[in-house]
Amino acid sequence: MTGLLRSGGDLPLDRRILARRMTVVLILVLGILAVASAAIGATGTSLWGALADLAAGRELATSERVILFDIRLPRTLMCMTVGAALAVAGAILQGLFRNPLADPGIVGVSAGASLGAITAIVLGGLLPATVLAWAGPSLVALSAFLGAWLLTLLLYRVSTRNGQTSVATMLLAGVAFTALAMALSGVMVFMANDSQLRDLTFWNMGSLAGATWGKLQVTGPVILLALGAAMLLARGLNALAMGEAVAAHLGIPVQRTKGAAILCTAVLTGTAVAVSGGIGFIGIIVPHLLRLATGPDHHGLLPNCALFGAALLLFADIIARVIVSPAELPIGIVTALMGTPVFLWILLRRHAAMGL
Amino acid sequence: MEARGLTLALGGKTILESVDFTAAPGEVTAIVGPNGAGKTTLLKALSGELKGVGPVRLNGTALTDLRGWQVAEMRGVLPQASALAFPFTVIEVVRIGLSSGRGGGDDRRALQALARVDLAGFAGRYYNDLSGGEQQRVQLARVLTQIWEPMSEGQPRWLLLDEPVASLDVGHQFTVMDIAREFAASGGGVIAVMHDLNLTAMFADKVWVMHRGRVAASGAPRDTLTTDLMQTIYGCPLQVNTVPPLGIPFVLPQTRVS
Repeated sequence: MTGLLRSGGDLPLDRRILARRMTVVLILVLGILAVASAAIGATGTSLWGALADLAAGRELATSERVILFDIRLPRTLMCMTVGAALAVAGAILQGLFRNPLADPGIVGVSAGASLGAITAIVLGGLLPATVLAWAGPSLVALSAFLGAWLLTLLLYRVSTRNGQTSVATMLLAGVAFTALAMALSGVMVFMANDSQLRDLTFWNMGSLAGATWGKLQVTGPVILLALGAAMLLARGLNALAMGEAVAAHLGIPVQRTKGAAILCTAVLTGTAVAVSGGIGFIGIIVPHLLRLATGPDHHGLLPNCALFGAALLLFADIIARVIVSPAELPIGIVTALMGTPVFLWILLRRHAAMGL
Repeated sequence: MEARGLTLALGGKTILESVDFTAAPGEVTAIVGPNGAGKTTLLKALSGELKGVGPVRLNGTALTDLRGWQVAEMRGVLPQASALAFPFTVIEVVRIGLSSGRGGGDDRRALQALARVDLAGFAGRYYNDLSGGEQQRVQLARVLTQIWEPMSEGQPRWLLLDEPVASLDVGHQFTVMDIAREFAASGGGVIAVMHDLNLTAMFADKVWVMHRGRVAASGAPRDTLTTDLMQTIYGCPLQVNTVPPLGIPFVLPQTRVS
C-alpha cells in the first residue's frame, strides 16, 4: 500500500473496489476479535467448553453463565459500539472541518461530555430519589450526552453568523469551550468526596470493565441509530471537501448537512465518553489509516471506520485484559500507547508530503 | 437567465449598484471589467451563492423558489480555485459531479469529461499533485459531468465560469473556450467572467462591461470593447482594432508604449 501511495503515479481507477474489499476484511477481523474477546478472560472459563456443553444439551454452571453472558459478552458488544462511535465521530468531524487532524477532543465535544459525566458522578446524588430511580445506571450517559449536545449547540451558535458556519471560529471557540468545560469539571472534582474521586479517576482513565446489559440497552440503540444516520452524510461530506460554496453549487443543503453532522458527532461522542471515559486516538487514527488505504470517499470510509473502530477497540481491550492478567490496564492507556506513535508517524508523513 | 436591480454594499462600499443583467441560451455571455468592478460578485448572485442581493430568475423561475438540487440540475458553477482537504484522485473529484442533482450518468461520462478537458490518462493521479491549470480543468470536467446535456427537458442548462482560463496555457485556453462555445451552440447558456479581452472578443456573443459596481456597457463585442470605454474603465491607454475580414476587435497593450 505504501508503494502505491509513494509512486505518485496511477492509483487504481476505482478505489471503491478497494474500500469494498476492505469492508470484507474488516468484517472477518472483527468477527475473529469478537470471538477472542468472549473467549479470553482472567478466569479460566472456556468459551469452547461452554459451547460444547450447550451443544451436548448440558446445563451450564452458574459461574460459567455469569462470566460468559453477563460479564464478557456485554463488554465485547460495548467495545464494538464505543469503538465504532469514536471512529465515525472522528471521520465526520474531519469531513466537516475539512481538516484530517480534527477530533471531538479538539472542538470541545469530548470536554462537554466529560463535564456532563463528572457532574452526574459528583452531583447525581442530589437529584430527587424518583429521578434517580428512573435514570438509574444511565444517569452518567444521559448527562454526558447532554453535555456534548449543549456544548455543540453553543459552539454552533457562536460560530454561525447569517447562516454561515465559519470553521476557523468554530475551532477557536472549541478551544475556549474546552477550557471552560475543564474549569467547571475542576470545580466539580474540587467538590467531590473521597469515594467520588475514586470513581472519577477510574472513569477518567477509561474502562469498559463496567459494561452490563443494562448500560448496553441504553447506549447500544442510541449509538446504532446515530451510526445509521451518519452513513447518510457521505455525499454531503464528499462535496464539503471542496468547500461550502462548491457543495452548494452541487445542490447539497449545506447548512442542514452541517447541522446533522454536528448532532451525530455529539450523540456518538457523548454516549461513548459516558460509558468509557477518556478513550483517545481512535477517532483520529482509524479514519487516517483508512484514508491512506482506500481513499477519502466517505461512502466507503464511514462504514469502514465503524468496523475498524470496533475492531481496534476490541483489540485494545483484549491487550488491556491480558497484559497484566488477572488485573487489567485502563483501556485509555492502551489506546494512547498504540495511538501516539501512529499519530506522530502520520504527522511526519504529512509534513514531508504537504509541508503541514 | 435574468437578474434585476442587484445591489450589494459591504462595509459602506458599494459592490453592486442596481445591476440589471440578462443572458440568453445559445450564447456565450462574457462579463469583463477591472479588478473590483463586481464581476465575481455578480456571478455569485447569479449562481445563488450570494443571497438577498436581488431577484434572479433561472429559465423564468426565481432562484429562491427552487430547491438546491433543482438548481444544481440546471446550472453548474466553475469557481476560481478549489483546494481539496483530502487526497482525492482526479476521477474521484469528477465523479462528485455525477452525484449531484437527480444523479444519473456513470463513470464513462466522468472519463469522457476528462478527455474533453484534455486530461485523459490523469484519472488515477492525486488532485493535489496537479498544477493549478490542471486542477482548474479537473474542476471544469466535474462541472461538465454535472450538466452533461446542454438541454434538459426542453430547458437550457447554464454553465457559470469564473475566470475559466486564468491559469491555463494558451492552447488549453482555446480548449476551454471551445467547450464553452460548443455548450452554447447545443442550446445551453454560458456566462463567463473574463479578464482576457482578446479571448472575449473571439468567443463571446455578448459582453457586459462592469465598472465600479455598475454596468458600463452591454452588447456585441464590437459595440462594447471600444477604445474609449476600455481606456476609461481600465485607466490606461489601450488601442482597440479589428481583424478585417471577421470584424473581431482585438486589443493591443503595446499601444501604451507609443
